Amino acid sequence: MKVLVPVKRVIDYNVKVRVKADGSGVDLANVKMSMNPFDEIAVEEAIRLKEKGVADEVVAVSIGVKQSQETLRTALAMGADRAILVIAADDVHQDIEPLAVAKILKAVIDEEAPGLVIAGKQAIDNDMNATGQMLSALLGWSQATFASEVNVDGDSAVVTREVDGGLQTIKVKMPAIITADLRLNEPRYASLPNIMKAKKKPLDEKTAADYGVDVSPRLSVVKTTEPAERAAGIKVGSVDELVAKLKAEVL
Amino acid sequence: MAVLLLAEVMGDDLSVDSTAKALTAAAQLGDVTVLVAGGNAAAAAAEAAKLTGASAVIAVSDASLANGLAEPLAALVVSMAGDFEHIVAPSTATGKNVMPRVAALLDVMVISDVMTIVDGDTFERPIYAGNAIQTVKSADAKKVMTIRTAGFDAAGEGGSAAVSDGAAADNPGLSEWVEDKVEESDRPDLTSAKIVVSGGRGVGSEENFAIIEKLADKLGAAVGASRAAVDSGYAPNDWQVGQTGKVVAPELYIAVGISGAIQHLAGMKDSKIIVAINKDEEAPIFQVADYGLVADLFDAVPELEGKLG
Repeated sequence: MKVLVPVKRVIDYNVKVRVKADGSGVDLANVKMSMNPFDEIAVEEAIRLKEKGVADEVVAVSIGVKQSQETLRTALAMGADRAILVIAADDVHQDIEPLAVAKILKAVIDEEAPGLVIAGKQAIDNDMNATGQMLSALLGWSQATFASEVNVDGDSAVVTREVDGGLQTIKVKMPAIITADLRLNEPRYASLPNIMKAKKKPLDEKTAADYGVDVSPRLSVVKTTEPAERAAGIKVGSVDELVAKLKAEVL
Repeated sequence: MAVLLLAEVMGDDLSVDSTAKALTAAAQLGDVTVLVAGGNAAAAAAEAAKLTGASAVIAVSDASLANGLAEPLAALVVSMAGDFEHIVAPSTATGKNVMPRVAALLDVMVISDVMTIVDGDTFERPIYAGNAIQTVKSADAKKVMTIRTAGFDAAGEGGSAAVSDGAAADNPGLSEWVEDKVEESDRPDLTSAKIVVSGGRGVGSEENFAIIEKLADKLGAAVGASRAAVDSGYAPNDWQVGQTGKVVAPELYIAVGISGAIQHLAGMKDSKIIVAINKDEEAPIFQVADYGLVADLFDAVPELEGKLG
C-alpha cells in the first residue's frame, strides 16, 4: 500500500509571530521556517506503517512556494521514499487556502492512487483545521480526524480520535483520510546520514496549473492585527499576598 | 437572511452551552433554524427550541447520526443547505470534523473559529494560535463556518420555536462507530476547566509533578504542562498547553516553573487571570501574568496549597 502525506512549510513553532505594521499580514521574511508540527507526526506515522510492513511506499507532497522543497527534504530525511512539490505561490506570504490545497491533492491522488492519506490535523499558521476533511469530501473517502491511534487492518482501519472530553474509536473503510493529532506519536529526528541520503531521493516538481486547479482565494484578508494586549500585572511579595488577591478576585 | 445552525449533540442530549453560544453568534447573521441530529433527536430538539433566538428547530433522528460521524452528518447538512446563506456550528470536535467537509461538498471555503462577526460576509478569526487576528471577507455565496464559543455569551432560555421533523440523507456508509471513552479522571477536562494549574521544566521531574497535581486537586482544577515539561517526560502529552497542545482560556491559570516560551503563551494567554510562580524574575511569563510571585516553587506551591480553601 502506498501512503501519501501532505506537508506544509510554516513559521517555526518557536518563532515569535510579528504582525506587519501595515496590517497586511504576518511578517515571514527572514524568519525560520519548519515543517508544520502536526505534519511531522503524520510523516512519522506513515514511516512506522512502512516499518511494520503495512505500507510499501511513503510519498510526501507539499503545496506552496518553491522553498517548500526544504520541507520535503526533511520528510525524505525522516524516511519518506519520494516527494512531489506543487508550486502554487511565488510569495511566501500567499497562503493557499485548504479548499485549493484539497483540490490539488485530489488531482495528485488521482494519479498516485494511494491506499491511505495521513495529514496533520491543522497547520499552525492559518489554524484552519480543514484540509483533510475537505480532501476526504472531494474524494468521497472516509475521514478519521484528530487521530491518536491508527491500526490498519486490510480494507479498513480502526482509528482512535481525540474528541471533546475523551476518545472516540471509529472503523473507516479504506482508502481513508486520517488527520494526526499530537498524541499519535513522537516524530523522530533525521540523522545526518539520512539527511545526506535524502538529497538523492526523487523530488518531482509540478505547478498548480499542471493539475488545472485555480488557487485564487475565496477569502480575502481585509486586515491582520495584533491581539489585544494584556494589561500589565503586578508582582506580589508573598504567598499570603497572592492568596488574598486570588480570594478577592476569583476563588 | 437565513442561518442554519448545527446544534452540538452528545449521545441524545443537547450540549446547551456550546449550542447556545453559537446561537448568539448565528442570530447576528439572521433568522436561525437549529438543526438537531442524533440517534433520537427529540429531547435535544425540545431543549434547543427553548433557546432565545431560535426561529425554528428541525429534528432529525437516524441511527447513522447517533455518534456524530462526519460523513452522514455532513451529507445531512448539505441536503438542507439550499435555503440558507450561512451554515454555522460551534467550534467543537464535531463541528471541526464536519463543517470543512460540508464546505468542500458545497465548493466553498470554511471559515474556522470565528470570534467576531463584522457583517454577513466579514469575520474575525485567530491565526497563529491567537498571536494574530485576521479579518477575512468571503466571496462565496454560502458561508460555512465554525464559531469560537469563548467569544460569545450563551443565548438564554426564553424561546418557544416550533419543532419539525426532517429526514436523514443517504448514509455513504464509509465509517462506523466502535466506542466512546469519556475520560475517567476526577479532574475537569483541560479545555473546559475553570481553573488550570500547569507545571513547566522548573518542576524538575515526573515525581515532583505531584505538587502541581495536589494544588490542582485542592482547587478542583485541571492539570496542564508546558511543552518543555512534556518533552522532558515529566508530564503526559495530553496535558500539554500551547500552540501544538491544547489552547485553554480558564478563569484562573496558574503557571508554575514555566518560563513562558512563545509556544506556551499561545495556548493560555486568553485566560482571565494568570498567576505565575517562578524563581527567575526575568522569565517572560511575568509579562503576561496578572500576579507574579518570584519564589522557589517547592516552597511556594505547598504553602499556597495549604493556605487556599
